[in-house]
Amino acid sequence: MKRSNDNQGFLKKLSRSKVLLLMCTPAILFFFLFSYMPLPGIWVAFVKYNYRDGIFGSKFVGLSNFEFLISSGKLVELTINTILYNLCFIILGNLLAVLVAILLNEIRSRMFKKVSQTLMFLPYFVSQVLIGILVFNMLNYDTGFVNNMLGSLGLELWEPYSDPNVWPPILILVYLWQNTGYNSVVYFAAIMGIDAGIIEAAKVDGANCFHKIWHIVLPGLKPTIVILLLFALGGIVKGNFGLFYNIIGTNSLLFPTTDIIETYVYRAVTADFNFSTASAVGLYQSLIGFVIVMAVNFTVKKIEPDYSLF
Amino acid sequence: MVNTKHQDLMTTGVKIKMDPTEKVTKVVGYVFVTFYALCCVIPFLIILSTSFTSESVIRSVGVQIIPKEFTLESYKMVIKSANIFKSYILTIGLTVVGTFVGLFIISMTGYALQRKDFEFRNIISFYIYFTSLFSAGLAPYYLLMTQTYHLKDNYLAVLLPLLMSPWLIILMKNFVKAIPHEITESGKIDGAGDVRIFVSLVLPMLKPALATIGLFLAIGYWNEWYQSSLFLSSKVEVKPLQYTLYEIVNKTDALRNSVAGQYVSITDIPTEGVKMANAVLATGPIVLVYPFVQKYFISGITVGTVKG
Repeated sequence: MKRSNDNQGFLKKLSRSKVLLLMCTPAILFFFLFSYMPLPGIWVAFVKYNYRDGIFGSKFVGLSNFEFLISSGKLVELTINTILYNLCFIILGNLLAVLVAILLNEIRSRMFKKVSQTLMFLPYFVSQVLIGILVFNMLNYDTGFVNNMLGSLGLELWEPYSDPNVWPPILILVYLWQNTGYNSVVYFAAIMGIDAGIIEAAKVDGANCFHKIWHIVLPGLKPTIVILLLFALGGIVKGNFGLFYNIIGTNSLLFPTTDIIETYVYRAVTADFNFSTASAVGLYQSLIGFVIVMAVNFTVKKIEPDYSLF
Repeated sequence: MVNTKHQDLMTTGVKIKMDPTEKVTKVVGYVFVTFYALCCVIPFLIILSTSFTSESVIRSVGVQIIPKEFTLESYKMVIKSANIFKSYILTIGLTVVGTFVGLFIISMTGYALQRKDFEFRNIISFYIYFTSLFSAGLAPYYLLMTQTYHLKDNYLAVLLPLLMSPWLIILMKNFVKAIPHEITESGKIDGAGDVRIFVSLVLPMLKPALATIGLFLAIGYWNEWYQSSLFLSSKVEVKPLQYTLYEIVNKTDALRNSVAGQYVSITDIPTEGVKMANAVLATGPIVLVYPFVQKYFISGITVGTVKG
């Protein structure tokens, strides 16, 4: 009895909101086709995939794909690289973004503000392919801009494309260069949101500009900083594939310091056709990422319930 | 308090109560921001300059910020050799179609999910949002696209996956949230259906949202290279612009042997120059358009950071 009531209620709901449901249908279909349909394919991580038998016909091998990745140390290496790069990106990225936002806020000339913001966004707008070209154009041994300068000063030329140790700082610099303009926007908006009355009152009380930044602006930014940092931490095992792939590419000489989870998986899929290994790494990454996001959301909910994701 | 005022007078001299720390901050601000902004443009200037420099100068003098001898050699080569114009047309086509279809779907979904009286809004929101929490990863996605959907070497493999993302739908929801609910209510009282309310009452108010999300979609399509690199093999003659650029940069030698050699003697082929001329042509439109759409971009970042 209860059950049929429920069914009726559901049908009623359905007919009441059929137009709105219909409006959502294309999106529902889209995410079904491109995000949910691949999920059963995770099974490929547990088989020894061969093309003829397909994902579900290939031989089941249990966890041996994972065992290989763990025993070879590959998984640990990739995880460490990915996390260390992301930590640097997140911490330095936010520091620089806050600094730029605060300094930009002190500048009175609107024209200067607008032009400099336009210029700072520029790197964010262009494709990652172009970023790779830009870096190569600056750093390559024969014709690069840096070597050109070094050469004209009579200094020894630099050959970064064969030295893995120089790439972590270079990649971090490129990341900062590309993203700081973008990252500073949110902070800039948050500063604008600080009550001007408080700043005026502090000035009347004799606070100077440093006092203002230290005691009003920074505390005002604190919630934004905390939230953005936490969200960024949620994605700490997700690598910035476009950046690494376009700058490092297939230069295996540089892999020890620059190979992250994404680049490894990409090569496994497109060059080695090793779908089982690729999927094992991918599944490991997705699971860890999921746990971390959950933890982050739990934390955010405690601090600032309004900002929690769900 | 008296003490600080006293200090103020001491440090600034007598009449004008100018805060010296403000001056310091301003100077640091101008210097730092100028320096940083210059760092952002100079690499672009070098690319531009290289594209106007002949190969012999690049080989002997190297890459400069301002070209030593101005030449259009590289651009002539690009026009003669590569099928960059076909790529242009393909990319423009993908961008226009993808942006419009994506905008249409995203705005409908964003509106419906923001309607308080829509009983399925929470479950559908979660269904969409969950995809950004957990994904199958590249390998299952690749196998599905190529073996189940048979989209290898098909432009749909580039067009479809970029149509929308959970983030863009949340962004749209945030924009819709700012529209007073009374508008929908008054439409209902006047007897308008949901579609009518959406098209004639809500959509006109969503113009800034459409501009912002359209901008993100268009940039996504214009800069697309990832799906192309996965799904478009050498069997496809014309590829999207950025991926064409990628192939030219990584296979310049192949280009030199196949096409260019027929027109120019091997010694003065401006390989570096050709790469950069391609880069300029592929990036130019977005750099030219973007100062005019910057404000939509900024509103997108600020509205999109808070959840829906």
